[in-house]
Amino acid sequence: MKRRDLLWAVLGLLAFWQLFSLVLGRPILPTPLAVGRAFWIELTRGDLLEHLLASLWRVVASTVLAVALAAPAGLILGQSKRLNQLFSPLIYLLYPIPKVVLAPIVLLFFGIGDFPKIVIIFLILFFQILVLVRDQAAAIRPELIQSVQSLGAGRRALFRFVYLPASLPAILTALRQSVGTAVAVLYVAELFATQRGLGYYIYLNGSTLLNYPAMYAGIVALSLMGLGLYFSVDWLEKKLCPWQGLS
Amino acid sequence: MAIRSTPASCQNKDMIGDIQHRGEICFALDSLTYTYPEGQTIFQDFTWQVGRGESWAVLGASGCGKTTLLYLLAGLRFPTFGQVIMDGQPLTRPRPHTGLILQDYGLLPWASVRENAALGLRIRAFYGPDGRHAPQEFQPAQDVDPWLARLGLSPLKDQFPGQISGGQRQRTAIARTLALSPDLLLMDEPFSSLDAPTRESLQRLTLELWAEQKLTLVTITHAIEEAVLLGQKILLLGAPPNRSPLIIENPYGADPSFFGASPSHYDAMGYLEMVRELRSRMEAND
Repeated sequence: MKRRDLLWAVLGLLAFWQLFSLVLGRPILPTPLAVGRAFWIELTRGDLLEHLLASLWRVVASTVLAVALAAPAGLILGQSKRLNQLFSPLIYLLYPIPKVVLAPIVLLFFGIGDFPKIVIIFLILFFQILVLVRDQAAAIRPELIQSVQSLGAGRRALFRFVYLPASLPAILTALRQSVGTAVAVLYVAELFATQRGLGYYIYLNGSTLLNYPAMYAGIVALSLMGLGLYFSVDWLEKKLCPWQGLS
Repeated sequence: MAIRSTPASCQNKDMIGDIQHRGEICFALDSLTYTYPEGQTIFQDFTWQVGRGESWAVLGASGCGKTTLLYLLAGLRFPTFGQVIMDGQPLTRPRPHTGLILQDYGLLPWASVRENAALGLRIRAFYGPDGRHAPQEFQPAQDVDPWLARLGLSPLKDQFPGQISGGQRQRTAIARTLALSPDLLLMDEPFSSLDAPTRESLQRLTLELWAEQKLTLVTITHAIEEAVLLGQKILLLGAPPNRSPLIIENPYGADPSFFGASPSHYDAMGYLEMVRELRSRMEAND
């Protein structure tokens, strides 16, 4: 994909938005220019930046936590048939449950503040990463393992030189697949029991203050955050896995 | 590809030189029995000795236990009864001076040619010279670049395995193994997935390296021509269980003049006669 093509797509979307808002002619759909202005003002003079940072922190913290716990767990399950057999029924049951329905329970247990929000996003990412890393590690051909063992590798070196690098693309694929869901769930989680975060900001401006340009500015901020996270995963993948898609 | 000079990093072979010439025997299978977990017995009370510096070919149809034999020698599988004796000791784990090259090369897809070739050295540096994972005399300062140059891989060293040809992958696997200065090289169908010219150049390279590095060479193959080409002695395996080794002395094996500029030096008729004899023996053995 070329950057120029991406730019054209952005311009096309903005033009469509502009047209639609002119045709509709109602305050519930301000023009992109008005939203852009509101975005800038809210960001520099209002408290949009503060909400954006609060949301970003929650997503990044839960991502780091999920990778840190799910990747090693997936690696261990993936290279031990016995452990995998033991845990796979549990994972099979828990994996398809939409974790967002657990939000009220998590809120009940952990109350207000950042922690329950981080936990909810963590739950989603954790299972995605766990399953993908486990399957990736289990799919490593035994011939590869044996070749590396013949070079002198014991369990520790196999982890370091085979399982760990092999799990990297799985982690990134899991993040790429779940970053959208994570942001969506963040929005839902921020509707409850908090006064910080873009979810709260959007809800407040849209339903209480009826400040539609500010509400749209919040939506734009949330979208940009999701896009930014997606691009970051993309960039990391190119940086860390340059061999992918070669053969 | 013209290959003449010896890479500087290979000189430390002298360190193990005295071990190499002390005894005649490189390894031995001592009344070895191997039974698959499913119950099929592949080797029964099987005894076999290989001398240092010999080049052996192990020939047999698929399912005869060739690959199992190689894994037993590599210390990746263990006999049900009996022992594999190496350096006068029963083998209990992969031995640092044994090199293993499998048919699918065993390269890491995420590592460049250079990183793959250096993998063995990195693993040894990771453990240090503990005598278990790496030899006690291991020095972490070794470099793979001379080996890459020797095997014609220098221009490819930043490529990934997915970007290079099968022959180049096999060269990378050879570089990785030889960088560890093995005295015993085990190869499982190393050239069977390569096209004929590539296969021939690698067979020739293998014989050159065998002579130059004073290796003991065991090549597993199902191709009779390859067995006659590479093996001074040929171990013929038949339908399991294999009880006593059927060994054929092959005066035409491991002779670099086979590839020489003037093939007239090579006894082509003798070679063909050997191939014919082996074929009839193999059929009788099955």
